[in-house]
Amino acid sequence: MSIFVNKETRVLVQGITGKEGQFHTQQCIAYGTKVVAGVTPGKGGQKMDEVPVFNTVQEARDKTGANASMILVPPPFAADAILEAVDAGIEVIVCITEGVPVMDMLRVKNYLATKKSRLIGPNCPGIITPGECKIGIMPGAIHTPGGPVGVVSRSGTLTYEVVHQLTQVGLGQTTCVGIGGDPVNGTGFLDCLEAFNADPETKAVVMVGEIGGNAEEQAAAWIKANMNKPVVGFIAGLTAPPGRRMGHAGAIVSGGQGTATAKIAAMEQSGIAVCKDLGTLGRLCKEVFS
Amino acid sequence: MKIHEYQAKELFRKYKVPTPQGGVGSTVAEIEKIAAELGLPVAVKAQIHAGGRGKGGGVKVARTTEEVTSAASAILGMTLVTKQTGPEGRLVKTLLVEKGVAIAKEMYLSLVPDRATATITIIASQDGGMDIEEVAAKTPERIIKVPVNPITGIRGYHINRVMYGLELEKELMKEFAAILRGLYSLFVDYDCSLVEINPLIITEDKRIIALDAKMDIDSNALYRHADVVAMHDPNEDDPTEAEAAKFNLNYINLGGNVGNMVNGAGLAMATMDIIKQAGAEPANFLDVGGGANAEMVENGFRIILSDSKVKGILINIFGGILRCDVLAQGVVQAAKKVQLSVPVVVRMEGTNVEEGRRILTESGLKLINATDLSDAARKVAEIVA
Repeated sequence: MSIFVNKETRVLVQGITGKEGQFHTQQCIAYGTKVVAGVTPGKGGQKMDEVPVFNTVQEARDKTGANASMILVPPPFAADAILEAVDAGIEVIVCITEGVPVMDMLRVKNYLATKKSRLIGPNCPGIITPGECKIGIMPGAIHTPGGPVGVVSRSGTLTYEVVHQLTQVGLGQTTCVGIGGDPVNGTGFLDCLEAFNADPETKAVVMVGEIGGNAEEQAAAWIKANMNKPVVGFIAGLTAPPGRRMGHAGAIVSGGQGTATAKIAAMEQSGIAVCKDLGTLGRLCKEVFS
Repeated sequence: MKIHEYQAKELFRKYKVPTPQGGVGSTVAEIEKIAAELGLPVAVKAQIHAGGRGKGGGVKVARTTEEVTSAASAILGMTLVTKQTGPEGRLVKTLLVEKGVAIAKEMYLSLVPDRATATITIIASQDGGMDIEEVAAKTPERIIKVPVNPITGIRGYHINRVMYGLELEKELMKEFAAILRGLYSLFVDYDCSLVEINPLIITEDKRIIALDAKMDIDSNALYRHADVVAMHDPNEDDPTEAEAAKFNLNYINLGGNVGNMVNGAGLAMATMDIIKQAGAEPANFLDVGGGANAEMVENGFRIILSDSKVKGILINIFGGILRCDVLAQGVVQAAKKVQLSVPVVVRMEGTNVEEGRRILTESGLKLINATDLSDAARKVAEIVA
């Protein structure tokens, strides 16, 4: 079992003919993901390797039965790409694109609230159910199929670091979700935690947060009230100066809000085992989860 | 991207939000001329991006021509230190001169995106002219917050909630509503991450005027705002950060002595944290991005080394799609080119890591290999201790 995506997931790629689109589509296919279609307006009828390309998401879905999308288009077109996928009824939409304007995402998020589609990202590495389906730009090889750990994170390479350490200590993963580093995103910690809690294969969760916003605090409160599986947490940015955006658009302490200290305190109060030294996260998980 | 008060006020006027009459100058003579045209008294205001200008001595009221001259001479060229500039302060090069107005009441009004609810939130208070965070902490009941869904946009009832919350006099409501509508449109049209007026004043002759103006624009949206890009003031940039930005590197100076170079923002923050935990101080945040290449590593080295406080460097790379061997070659090439003057600890993990480590070891460079992140932090902390 897994959450959101599995070996049955049929993926289309929006922006498949671009340089990034081509490269990452090939990587996903090599990992075993069922990539059934690509979309680039004006290039319908062509093929990217063996993958048929369509002009619109609707056509791609109608002809191939795609139910998930990976978006690799430049930021000015990302909101449109997401909305197009939503309107075509795509169930899981993964937007990798970094640099989408917040105003675009405010509108997208409110539109999504009225629809069934799930958005992951933007500004994220994507989602992977090891051994089954990789929709994203993460290196597949560091993952170990079969669980028991679910991973949810706001970061990219930091997630790879965490997954790598889990693999090293012999802990496989059910699904790893990178929810993205933007201030306004789709799927959040809460959605993933709920899904992991309900997934029988997931026995424990690693949650990786960073400074900015209060999503980690909300997640911690939910965990305290509802979670029946152990959670290990990590928060990046203890040494980040206030008022500065630390790479990710959403990683900023402003007006005293969103500090790592406050997040760590909220998580510890909720019974989450918070890792203070990233170098030891794998070992801590081994301890807590066994 | 922040813009100056006078620039924000230009945009305000475009949206029919009233501001005091005024002009901008960068010499004492220019300021004197503008003041003479406006008529006394005038307010002379330093144009820097940081808040707290008044307390730092960057805003003065002048009632006579002599006072105009002395205020302009005092503020122009001064290094203004406020709680937001840090101890190094900011050099004042431009002044805004505005005609004085008789203030009856000071209010606070701002718009911000609320990330948790995906709305645009209007924040207002009758207690304008002071630090709004202090008002929020001491008297939260004095703060009105009205969320607006960006799909419906601002409606009459949103405005009513703000106006009745502010206990606004009836005769001012029409004018206030027009101002709030204007600000909302400005906020949306210009992709703002903040529009703030503190204070928004009611004058003795019952007009509403934006006495101050603060705007921050989403840098991800600048591609559709050429007019805002043209407002960029290089005087406000940190020179090293600006240099890094030229090479698509995300660099922030933190003042410590351990330079670090990392791929990915989250991992970069975590690396700073672990350096601190090992007992040293991070000198910077530097994210070379997921697609780092030899050239970026080289520029990263140069930028880190331009900080004379740096006594050691930690490179932490998690090779994913970008392979460790390619990165190692980049590090070796870059290290040879920039003539490293301080020890470098390299922690590398991920795809093709053995090959990457071999390249580093055989390079003949004094690169110190670390086995894992904790080991790397320990080693670099020992070097600078």
